[in-house]
Amino acid sequence: MAASEREDGFTVLWLQSGGCGGCTMSLLCAEAPDLFTTLDSAGIRFLWHPSFSEATGEEVTAMLEAVCAGETRLDALCVEGSLLRGPNGTGRFHVLAGTDTPMVRWVERLAAVARYTLAIGTCAAFGGVTSAGPNPTEACGLQYEGEQSGGLLGDAYRSGAGLPVINVAGCPTHPGWVLETLMTLALDGMGDPLLDDLARPALYTDHLVHHGCARNEYYEYKASAEVPSDLGCMMEHMGCLGTQARADCNIRPWNGTGSCTDGGYPCVNCTAPEFEEPGHHFLETPKVAGIPIGLPTDMPKAWFVALASLAKSATPRRVRENAVADHIVNSPAKEHDGE
Amino acid sequence: MSRLVVGPFNRVEGDLEVRIEAEAGQVSSAWVNSPMYRGFEQILHGKDPGDALVYAPRICGICSVSQSVAAAHAVRDALGAEAPPNGERLTNLVLAAENLADHFTHFYLFFMPDFARAAYEGRAWHPDVVRRFRAEQGAAATDAVAARAAFMNLMGVLAGKWPHTHTVQAGGAAKGVTGAEKLRVLSLLGQFRRYLEEHTFGDRLETVAALAGGSDLAAWAAERGPEGSDLARFLRVAEDVGLAELGRSHDRFMSYGSYPFQGERLFPGGVFAGGDLMPLDADAIREDLYSSWMSGAREPVHPYEGVTLPDAEREEAYSWCKAPRLAGRPVEVGALARQVVAGHPLIRELVAETGGNVRNRVVARLLELARVVPAMEAWARAIEPGEPFYREPGALQEGEGAGLVEAARGSLGHWIRVHNGRILNYQIVAPTTWNFSPRDRDGVPGPLEAALEGAPVGADERTPVAVQHVVRSFDPCMVCTVH
Ligand code: SF4
Ligand code: SF4
Repeated sequence: MAASEREDGFTVLWLQSGGCGGCTMSLLCAEAPDLFTTLDSAGIRFLWHPSFSEATGEEVTAMLEAVCAGETRLDALCVEGSLLRGPNGTGRFHVLAGTDTPMVRWVERLAAVARYTLAIGTCAAFGGVTSAGPNPTEACGLQYEGEQSGGLLGDAYRSGAGLPVINVAGCPTHPGWVLETLMTLALDGMGDPLLDDLARPALYTDHLVHHGCARNEYYEYKASAEVPSDLGCMMEHMGCLGTQARADCNIRPWNGTGSCTDGGYPCVNCTAPEFEEPGHHFLETPKVAGIPIGLPTDMPKAWFVALASLAKSATPRRVRENAVADHIVNSPAKEHDGE
Repeated sequence: MSRLVVGPFNRVEGDLEVRIEAEAGQVSSAWVNSPMYRGFEQILHGKDPGDALVYAPRICGICSVSQSVAAAHAVRDALGAEAPPNGERLTNLVLAAENLADHFTHFYLFFMPDFARAAYEGRAWHPDVVRRFRAEQGAAATDAVAARAAFMNLMGVLAGKWPHTHTVQAGGAAKGVTGAEKLRVLSLLGQFRRYLEEHTFGDRLETVAALAGGSDLAAWAAERGPEGSDLARFLRVAEDVGLAELGRSHDRFMSYGSYPFQGERLFPGGVFAGGDLMPLDADAIREDLYSSWMSGAREPVHPYEGVTLPDAEREEAYSWCKAPRLAGRPVEVGALARQVVAGHPLIRELVAETGGNVRNRVVARLLELARVVPAMEAWARAIEPGEPFYREPGALQEGEGAGLVEAARGSLGHWIRVHNGRILNYQIVAPTTWNFSPRDRDGVPGPLEAALEGAPVGADERTPVAVQHVVRSFDPCMVCTVH
């Protein structure tokens, strides 16, 4: 018997608001197994998802009312995209089509009956890119506004199961992060998800992006990339935040094999609040007296500086030359080059 | 006369509401509303132009590479810079991967599931279509989704991740491809080709791409039979339901041209109307704010002069979408427009016979799958590992530039103006902004609004199924529209 045939499964309702739909597109990239097989084997059933469900129009609004009235059980409310409170707190920047009611009002009602509430992606978690610049739409996250707890639902909000909003942050979020979080909630016996200090599932934030980065050897020797497409470490000149960003991007591949750093660009720490406003050019490392400000958080600065200058003087020629080339110009030699 | 408000629409990207008036079982007028606003143009104001490449992909998760390419081209144009050939090849490969994945997703997950609905019970083809296309449960929901995810591994290899890669840069690509990676790309393309040839077409891509006219297509489908070819399955449904008579719009088509390489484009741009091909004059693009919740000049202006300032109180307005016009008139964009402008004989003939309609839009999208995969194979084979992928273009201090590209859904333009190294103005006109535009100040309806006129409305239908087919035939992307 397939898990989805047991009773009515673990019910999920997915709504999209002020985002780009990218977290859903990312979810559809789930692999080994594919999205629908994974959901089915975990007994997860979508009451509705805007991208792949059959129901449309009034069928959907009737279903939403049944959930709000407690006639249909809602295990997990997933919200993708920022919550648009504007203009002037009215929520009119996003009205749920066919209902004449702002999406923020629907989310408040549904969150009140959900056993778990999940923010899918950094927009829903913290406000994300939609809240950048002058934040023209008064965008915020479900329970955060940037780093401040609060957001649409407020600091005190707890879902039916007594948990705060679970922030499956990322821009976009990785399909594995979403599916493993849902599976943790759906499969009895696995206990509550362990959340980090920003209510993100620790299953992916117990790592740093730096862990497993293919540029680690360049990092060790402070052999740095200078322009895009260079192979070196991107921390010193190109703004890479991989040593501070909490995510397992270089351990758990994206789209089969990739990651941002593999794709040739620095980590912009997209799982964190306010990544959208770093206060400087994204591809630039702010420095004071030639030393990057954003050093690894848990390393004493003096040590970092001492180790870096030591490492630089020990850099093998191979590493130094490859760092500023877009392909390996110097392969590992059998003999030490003795330089 | 009856009035209906239809929404939320599922299986379209983002939020859409359609208001219709029906008379004698037909839509007499339609108003298309994008009920969400996000404000990217306001967000980009004052930013470093290079940072547009981090924000722009986030306009849309379904065409994020197209947004990156448009932004990169706009900055490149302003700098008068050029990307090295490898950079162009890589950019074309990731852009094509996104466009094709989009066509593929649209067909299997967004469009076909409607024919598996109970409304079509009793049709001879219905049980077969239910087996193959039923939402979340049909065979294709699993095998096509898996094929798509495997195809997107191309993004993992060439662009790190998808959506929201930053590999595409004004100076080319931020990643050099190794010989081994080039082979991996060719294998992935081979795997996708195999799925298309086994399931989507049941025939070689080259055979489908060479179909030269409507009778050719019909003869091919008759010979093949609907079992084992999703295109033939679709054509049988289209014939029975009359999809070639549904959803005809203004029949004015525009394409910016697509996949540039060394100054040439795989699909050339232009405007096609009344059987004639005309050159495109991008200076004749204006955005009209008459029906939009926007404040600003009542005179339609070119995107370089455009402003985006929301005003929810405007009485006569009914959408967050602006109304772009080319030389004062609405145009339809998308795969059908691209292929009719590029002069593909099958599409030219279909359009000559029945115009732009639901069937022809779907056929054009599938045709692009057959045409573009071989082009991707050629770009991949031509990549030269060891040669540059990126050339530093310098920082943009002053100037203006345009990035005109073709996303899966049609013509996408970014216009940037920079002063003192900061973005002074950034305007975006997305494909769905063209297609789902509201009425302009002359009362001329946008392409979808016109296409909906005449669609049948059953007496007890609250969300008319014909309306859904017409809407989805454009593969709308509302999040782009309301950037
Ligand atoms: S590029 Fe970034 S993630 Fe990779 S080694 Fe350097 S600092 Fe770490
Ligand atoms: S590498 Fe950094 S920017 Fe890229 S997805 Fe991971 S956390 Fe986000």
